Amino acid sequence: MSDAVLTLSHLHKSFGALQATQDISLDLRAGEIHALIGPNGAGKSTLIGQITGHLTPDRGKVQLAGENITALSVAQRARRGLGRSFQVSSLADSLSVLRNVMIAVQGLQGHSFRFWKPVHRDASLVEPARAAIARMQLESRAETPVSELSHGERRQVEVACALALKPRALLLDEPMAGLGPEGSARLTELLEELKHEVPILLIEHDMDAVFRLADRISVLVAGQMIAHGVSDEIRANPLVREAYLGD
Amino acid sequence: MTVPRIHRETWVNWTLLGLLLVAPVIANALGEVYYVNLATRIAIVAMAAVGLNLAIGYGGMISFGHAAFFGLGGYVAGISAFHAFDMTPVLSWPVTMTGTDNLLVIWPAAMLACAVLALAIGSISLRTSGVYFIMITLAFAQMIYYFAVSWPTYGGEDGLPIYLRNQFPGLDSNDPLSFFLICFVALVLALAITARLMQSRFGAALSMARINETRLATAGIAPYPIRLVAFVISAVITGLAGALFADLNGFVGPSMLSWHRSGEIMVIVILGGVGRLYGPLSGAILFVLMETLLGGLTEYWLLFLGLVLLFVVLFARGGVMGLLAGRARHE
Repeated sequence: MSDAVLTLSHLHKSFGALQATQDISLDLRAGEIHALIGPNGAGKSTLIGQITGHLTPDRGKVQLAGENITALSVAQRARRGLGRSFQVSSLADSLSVLRNVMIAVQGLQGHSFRFWKPVHRDASLVEPARAAIARMQLESRAETPVSELSHGERRQVEVACALALKPRALLLDEPMAGLGPEGSARLTELLEELKHEVPILLIEHDMDAVFRLADRISVLVAGQMIAHGVSDEIRANPLVREAYLGD
Repeated sequence: MTVPRIHRETWVNWTLLGLLLVAPVIANALGEVYYVNLATRIAIVAMAAVGLNLAIGYGGMISFGHAAFFGLGGYVAGISAFHAFDMTPVLSWPVTMTGTDNLLVIWPAAMLACAVLALAIGSISLRTSGVYFIMITLAFAQMIYYFAVSWPTYGGEDGLPIYLRNQFPGLDSNDPLSFFLICFVALVLALAITARLMQSRFGAALSMARINETRLATAGIAPYPIRLVAFVISAVITGLAGALFADLNGFVGPSMLSWHRSGEIMVIVILGGVGRLYGPLSGAILFVLMETLLGGLTEYWLLFLGLVLLFVVLFARGGVMGLLAGRARHE
């Protein structure tokens, strides 16, 4: 546990009578991809909300690099190094790719109360943003408004924004959703490289990608963690097969 | 090096500004003081709308209470002039503060007063959003309106006359053209500052707060303080316009604080084009000209204003600027 970057301990969250999250514990270690899978309605979104700060757990805590971040806001968590992408792409559609990524660099640097210097001439913003865009192989699209991008490209921009934060941990919420086989394969490759820099908590429906990428897998069903382990264990686990893999 | 192409919107902007500058100079040469004052009125109302446009157009904060700042700016100018005229102190405790007719003192005072008020109103109102924000800003402005109505020291319902226009060192502010130029420069500064602001890091954060708040928070930037500061800057610009307006009319009264006034400034922003830098100027030109020309013909000119507004909202979403300069550009 010593190298855990992100740790969830005994998280509980209910909405009225519905126990959306029941005693969830999980950790994300340096250098790994930890996949979180589960059927629709298993409580994945509720769990993500508690990690990112959109929801507050009823009980339990979330730690990032040893610091308790349970009570912090979304922005505070991001500043402490929690990068994320959204299940439904959440970008500023009217702005260029570069502008979208630049705001993340600005957030990382923490100087938003500067009123005079134009951002487009600020190399300390533009260059790291371009580097993150290049990392996602989107250089040629940097000046394009997000609204003109393909679905897959938007996913890549989401990851570029998260990367530009130089995060300690990356939370990717169904990054493969809606990608064709080609885009999916490309993103899989990118994530495989990326995990050595920053550990990734991957929420994903694409089982091929999950089994290829994940070092460890946790399975969430009806708000409970029914299994976790390395890929082969999960594949063989009868509970998981019954609940999720459809046998 | 390529010569940067000048965009159509830039031409439109400069033309509008040029017209506003040239028209009163010609009118003055012809001895038509009325039209000089009309141009001054356009410049001032445009500036009030530049302030509101920063909140609504760039920040997505639909304030229906900007008359509070417009009126407060006016009252600062009026009250200061009142005491300077009377030779009585504005404040006798805890410090003695005498009235002054020096605009270089009155303006910072008006801006400071508006900043403090905006900080108070904004810090509460910005905890809400959407229709609640509209209503709560309206409620605050109405509170201040009724306060002014019921405060007899400064004229209450009747308002406060400014017998002698406040003075700008080295210029004769009583001269209509000089006073126009003062207001014109103030408007140009407000436009320039807004333009610069929106290109800065702060502007980038404010835009993102409007377009996608979650994206801003995910980047580690809390939207609330960004919006609050923008709201304060917006109020300060509108407040300075209010101080100029009081001096133009030689009068300040509760009508400057009323919700009609808030609505009028908002209509100008919408007419001109929400979130377009020169939208407030084009909106103010259209509004004041309609008010003057149609208002001279019929009492029911607001009916025609309503029709124009309807047309703009239904068919020209970018307002006058949208019609003249095409769709807004994005970086």
